[in-house]
Amino acid sequence: MIPEIGHFLLIVALGVAVLQFLVPSWGVWKRDARAMAVGQSAAQVQFALVFLSYLCLTWAFVQKDFSVTYVAANSHSDLPLIYRISAVWGAHEGSLLLWMLMLSGWTGAVSVFNRRLPADITATTLAVLGAISIGFLSFMLLTSNPFDRHFPVPADGKDLNPLLQDPGLIIHPPMLYMGYVGFSVAFAFAIAALVSGRLDGAWARWTRPWTTTAWLFLTMGITLGSWWAYHELGWGGWWFWDPVENASFMPWLVGTALIHSLAVTEKRGLLKSWTVLLAIIAFSLSLLGTFLVRSGVLVSVHAFATDPARGVYILGFLAVVLGSAFSLYAWRAPKLKSEGDLAFFSREGLLLLNNVFLVVAAAAVFLGTLYPLFVDALGMGKISVGPPYFNAVFIPLTAPLAVVLGLGMAVGWKRAKFKEVVRQLRWPAALAVVLAIVLPFLWVDGNSFAVFGGVLLGCWVLLTSVHDLWGRVRAKRSLLNGLSSVPRSVWGMTMAHIGLGVWVLGVAFVSLYSVERDVRLAPGESAELHGYQYFLRGVEPVRGPNYDADRGTVEVTRDGTSITILHPEKRLYRAQQSVMTEAAVDESPIRDLYVALGEPFDNGDWSLRMYYKPAMQLVWWGGFIMFFGGILAASDRRYRLAKLAQAPVEADGKVSA
Amino acid sequence: MTKRQKRMAAVLLLLVGLSVAAVLGFTAFSKNMMYFQTPSDIAAGQLPEGARIRLGGLVEKGSVQRGDGLVVNFSVADCDANLPVRYEGILPDLFREGQGVVAMGHMEGKTFVADEVLAKHDENYMPPELAEKLTTPDGKHSCAQFKSMGG
Repeated sequence: MIPEIGHFLLIVALGVAVLQFLVPSWGVWKRDARAMAVGQSAAQVQFALVFLSYLCLTWAFVQKDFSVTYVAANSHSDLPLIYRISAVWGAHEGSLLLWMLMLSGWTGAVSVFNRRLPADITATTLAVLGAISIGFLSFMLLTSNPFDRHFPVPADGKDLNPLLQDPGLIIHPPMLYMGYVGFSVAFAFAIAALVSGRLDGAWARWTRPWTTTAWLFLTMGITLGSWWAYHELGWGGWWFWDPVENASFMPWLVGTALIHSLAVTEKRGLLKSWTVLLAIIAFSLSLLGTFLVRSGVLVSVHAFATDPARGVYILGFLAVVLGSAFSLYAWRAPKLKSEGDLAFFSREGLLLLNNVFLVVAAAAVFLGTLYPLFVDALGMGKISVGPPYFNAVFIPLTAPLAVVLGLGMAVGWKRAKFKEVVRQLRWPAALAVVLAIVLPFLWVDGNSFAVFGGVLLGCWVLLTSVHDLWGRVRAKRSLLNGLSSVPRSVWGMTMAHIGLGVWVLGVAFVSLYSVERDVRLAPGESAELHGYQYFLRGVEPVRGPNYDADRGTVEVTRDGTSITILHPEKRLYRAQQSVMTEAAVDESPIRDLYVALGEPFDNGDWSLRMYYKPAMQLVWWGGFIMFFGGILAASDRRYRLAKLAQAPVEADGKVSA
Repeated sequence: MTKRQKRMAAVLLLLVGLSVAAVLGFTAFSKNMMYFQTPSDIAAGQLPEGARIRLGGLVEKGSVQRGDGLVVNFSVADCDANLPVRYEGILPDLFREGQGVVAMGHMEGKTFVADEVLAKHDENYMPPELAEKLTTPDGKHSCAQFKSMGG
């Protein structure tokens, strides 16, 4: 009964979404205030319906209702409760329901928090979100209903994909989806700006916190995904330039560009049509990501759907959304006039440069991800490009970005003197050079051009961020006074940049100083890796709730003293009879010691994969710091005050910092 | 410079930057492009010694032989040909005899030397490229009998 209720609620939600699209659109056209207001209540009702429907599916999982096809395919009576709850988004149908929940949640939030916006802007925004909602709800109801039943009811489920039975995977998909779907709000705002023809500082100020929020979730989602791959896939890698990873990384790059161009649009009234274009592209890439991941075009752990009808539907939906958005853009964007001009050596000039680099980097990733698919579709052969391509293109494109970032914070809006900036930044620059020479000695006796370059860029970003903050604090009477006077948005920016610096440092060290060794050991034997001795003490069978495992005991010593005892596992999940590698890692900020079990040999030997990974943690810390920076920036008082401002929109247009 | 000249200069600079990026991108692309090959392709084609290849096929039943340390020899086959493969390292969890596999590496004489072996995420996984090449015009996999063939 409960699954039928869930199904029914989705159908009702589709009806409400149609209302949410049509009535406010008509209201905007006829300038009818009552019709425009319908969008808000429709958005809230829709959220309630989808949320209840989501609970119905969760209930079916918790109750182990294997008569529901989706539950039977992704759960098992031995599956622990926490994984039964997270299994809701463990495969295609349920993850779409999660996507819908996020979308209706974002829409509901827009309807609640943006009451003070001009009625026509809110109405258009909600109508656009309603249209997206129609697309996804009908997709779900037509091709991928999670509530379908099947008979006869199987005695037990097929179990959740063992790869997904990991704490990292409980929160990775919701975070990622929050980010993906969040860009739909920026998209809807952009469409509203095009329809109304009004795009000014106030518009940018409404859009900024929404975009930043979407971005921070996407940042967290990507970081968690990477963390999961590192621990769960057993290869010791954290980024593979896999098409599915790229699908989440492209919207991130463009979203980052969007955050920066929104800043220029708000403060200086420039780059208006560019900002709108970025908002459209960011959302398009989110949709494209969904298409790539869910259509079965790519074979990977994420590719759930192999039903061609689904791929065709998403592709059609993508075509409709992009077609109408870009047509509207081509028609209306020329009306968006910039207020003033842009000097190259100014903050807005450097931010534009930052945008160019980010977008070109996204384009390079796009090329490497999609070109093989195009070639295949045209029947010109099967090709692929691996990580070497992405590294060769991505690093030269992002290194200048780091340099520009440091300059950009020191340069003022409108116009700046080059000499003055050089004078300001001479100390951070000198310190960065010194650190780039010295820091690598923490790990090895020596330095190389690549390490020097990476550390230099990382330190440069870090130090210029701190320097900028210090400059703001120093201008005040006391330290405390200074620190408390810095607005949250500035704290957020500084944190996000510091996070990036930390991340760059981590990436530089871990990619250049990692040491890997595959060995074959008998119990009692040991192998040496980068000064550490790894003793294989033994391998014993253990029994988990829904798997059997071989559990290794590996003691790591250095100069005779024991450092840690690691327990890597090789698990055989009973229901699917699939084998999983559970790596064991001893983590510290300086280095990770990583051990994974390979395979047993007939004579009792085991193969082991051992890694020494310097500064691996900095990569995760970088992501988390960016995430917190995003939270600070999005929660700045300014945005909340802006909502209360009763002043007419146009009067607020030319704000300068 | 007048405003117009400045703007032209900026646009020019942007174009130069974009073309550099494009050249960089396409060079890296063509350098790192790998074609997918099956054992029959390799038997038929004249590949330069040392060219990097993605080899796809099925691991022949009974062909897996362990050597010293982590050296492992096996044979990858499609319907018409097979190819001996040498690999030193840890095989992925899903590596099985009779299952699909993708190996990255190069030819040394008559042997394919792999530096990376992938068998992805799914028991029944077969690289889509391979599945396609094994499909007969009437849409069926033609190698069912092959999978049980002795090596």
